[in-house]
Amino acid sequence: MKSLMDKCCDKCQSTVENQCQGYIKCRLEGPFCHQDEGCKEKRAAFLAGINIPAGSDKKKILICAGTGCISSGSLKVSDKLVEELEKAGLTGQVKVTTTGCHGFCEQGPIFIVEPQHVFYTRVQPEDVAEIVESHLKNGQVVERLLFHEPSTGQTVLEYNNVNFYARQQREVLHNCGHIDADSIDEYVANGGYLGLTKVLSGMSPTDVVEEVKKSGLRGRGGGGFPSGLKWQFTQQAAGDKKYVVCNADEGDPGAFMDRSVLEGDPHSVIEGMLICGYAIGADEGYVYVRAEYPLAIKRLTTAIEKAEQYGLLGKNILGSGFSFKLKIKAGAGAFVCGEETALLNSIEGLRGMPRPRPPFPAVKGLWEKPTNINNVETFANVPLIFRKGADWYAGIGTEKSKGTKVFALTGKVNNTGLAEVPMGITMREIIFEIGGGIQGGKKFKAVQIGGPSGGCLPENLLDLPIDYDSLTQAGAMMGSGGLVIMDETTCMVDLARFFLNFTQKESCGKCIPCREGTKRMLEILERICDGQGRQGDIETLERLGNTIKSASLCGLGQTAPNPVLATLRYFRSEYEDHINEKKCIAGVCSALLTYFIDEELCKGCSKCAKVCPAGAITGVVKEPYKIDTDKCIKCGACIDSCKFGAVKRG
Amino acid sequence: MAICQCGNPVEDPKQQQLDAVFAKYSGQKGALIPVLQEAQNIYGYLPTEVLEQISKNLKIPFSKVYGVVTFYAQFHLKPRGRNIIRVCLGTACHVRGGAKIFDRIRTELTIDDGETTPDLRYTLESVACIGACGLAPVIMINDDTHGRLTPDQIADILAKYE
Repeated sequence: MKSLMDKCCDKCQSTVENQCQGYIKCRLEGPFCHQDEGCKEKRAAFLAGINIPAGSDKKKILICAGTGCISSGSLKVSDKLVEELEKAGLTGQVKVTTTGCHGFCEQGPIFIVEPQHVFYTRVQPEDVAEIVESHLKNGQVVERLLFHEPSTGQTVLEYNNVNFYARQQREVLHNCGHIDADSIDEYVANGGYLGLTKVLSGMSPTDVVEEVKKSGLRGRGGGGFPSGLKWQFTQQAAGDKKYVVCNADEGDPGAFMDRSVLEGDPHSVIEGMLICGYAIGADEGYVYVRAEYPLAIKRLTTAIEKAEQYGLLGKNILGSGFSFKLKIKAGAGAFVCGEETALLNSIEGLRGMPRPRPPFPAVKGLWEKPTNINNVETFANVPLIFRKGADWYAGIGTEKSKGTKVFALTGKVNNTGLAEVPMGITMREIIFEIGGGIQGGKKFKAVQIGGPSGGCLPENLLDLPIDYDSLTQAGAMMGSGGLVIMDETTCMVDLARFFLNFTQKESCGKCIPCREGTKRMLEILERICDGQGRQGDIETLERLGNTIKSASLCGLGQTAPNPVLATLRYFRSEYEDHINEKKCIAGVCSALLTYFIDEELCKGCSKCAKVCPAGAITGVVKEPYKIDTDKCIKCGACIDSCKFGAVKRG
Repeated sequence: MAICQCGNPVEDPKQQQLDAVFAKYSGQKGALIPVLQEAQNIYGYLPTEVLEQISKNLKIPFSKVYGVVTFYAQFHLKPRGRNIIRVCLGTACHVRGGAKIFDRIRTELTIDDGETTPDLRYTLESVACIGACGLAPVIMINDDTHGRLTPDQIADILAKYE
């Protein structure tokens, strides 16, 4: 046995072509078909090597190798660790595993010592020798590398006691950061493919659809459409050939949960797609991954190869007669391809432009065949529903939004990263407890939710329980779950301009309301930020926004005005200040700012005059300097250079 | 097979690779985008002659091939720099000052978004999000991610890429 997936001895009759129905369970508790204590022990020893039991003298190091931690240098840390362990003669005692994303990218590279859950953060290669010598050899934890809770300043020993993790309910992400994503053994050892086993050992396709309906799962990609219903439509559609498509074209700026699932737990997506394929009667599937995620493509490719090797993809899976093959399609850089019908066009090799609906993909999808499309996070939820039961799943969340949701927490918040929480939690809990509050002790202003399709929520809505419906009512949208936190230094007009600039560039140009409407809205917003706002601009923005929403062909256009309409709803006074008073209270829109030097505070050091690229600052050394506002280009270099806080902006 | 100036046919390794791509995707549905991606990997960009060959081999009108190439941001019709700089201007980077980083690179290299320096050393691109929001503001040069940046670090980082 080289792998947990291999047979224990020659008595095992399961082959890839003729697979035993209990193949997966047998890997965990087997063998079942023959009595042999030796075989049982071999399996148990293998499992103990993967999930090291508490109290064992062996240790396992988890080093995060998600995109965030890799760019912070985690692979160098891992190489150094292997080298140092060898030097210390600990290679047999300590297993090094590089995992997918832990979700706490801000603190990367993340370094965990199991089974004690000791949590080191921002570990650099030069720290490794100390960890090996002090902790792994002599049992002394390296205090200085432990995480410091920003709210209390205290160090925390174990990751499960860090506020960022303690307040989460990690179900979809339970494997992310804890298993080697390239190892099918580790996935199976942690309950992987048990959901599929349950489905293929006696459930009818209709039972499967009913179970998903009962769980209350709704699409995690943005719309929140009930997944069971979607599956049912495709199941009932007439057709000799059907497809399952996974939308991994995660294009919303500020959202990276799908990337983390693919990088950290790719088999969960494969298992979800297999269950869907069985339920709707499809034998072929595609995963459409955006080209900007090379690591996700690599890990998923490995996972597909492993699943094929052990017969979990291919013909006659688990001896059930069900066959399924899976292919990856890499995107080519177009945000609109996240829209399901545009995505189908892109797979077919066409320009990624949306198709009119109806007919919906459930009836006429990929190559005109019935097709079920869900996103990565939705598929990753499916194995859990079957492993733990629809009732368990439906017990989490609110009345109409079940289960958990992964949010990507970014912006001006202390703890950036991925947070998985039950539906119905409040924004305040996410930002202030999991996120650890606002950076630099500044004041919270708003949270942008759902990316360029979503809206923002101001402070007085922080206690709103979050689910699909409450957010839509508040003028925002769950979207993919990106949360960008903003403080008092963010200008809401500038933010709306930023999002519209994005959607305007990404508009595919097929329908006029989106193509022309977003362009006109952007022009108005740019004018307002430039200090050229006019009376009536706000009303025009609202009128245009509502027209674009109701008249556009696809989701991109129908939601593009949301950031503008939502900021107008909650921060209208900022727009009015920009237009009427020519003022930007956040100090962002440079055309509306003037710079001056406070004579009381200026020591006459001449530093600002030296950095000024426009030569607008003059004066005599040791006397207060002056800024010539006609020459000033408002770059802000003087503010950054002044040690005395004498340069002011207003 | 390419023809040398002296009139003798010569082996063109890039052409051989391209022919292998055609063979690999022969008869497959929806092959245009993967073929374009692999062709661009071979040549670094998509020269007209290559697009003509793709059109002929896949039996797709040249106009349609051109339409697809110009639709997707990933495809390039002009040669690109040896080092591709991608500046993230996504939401998280935006609120943490990504635009200042972008401005500094533009001044350092005196090229604008989407342009290449005349010596083909750098190509500058803005992107919407590279998904490393925890490290904002971020840039990517080739496959290296540089995060938590300030404008003053830019010159040193650029100098490392020949």
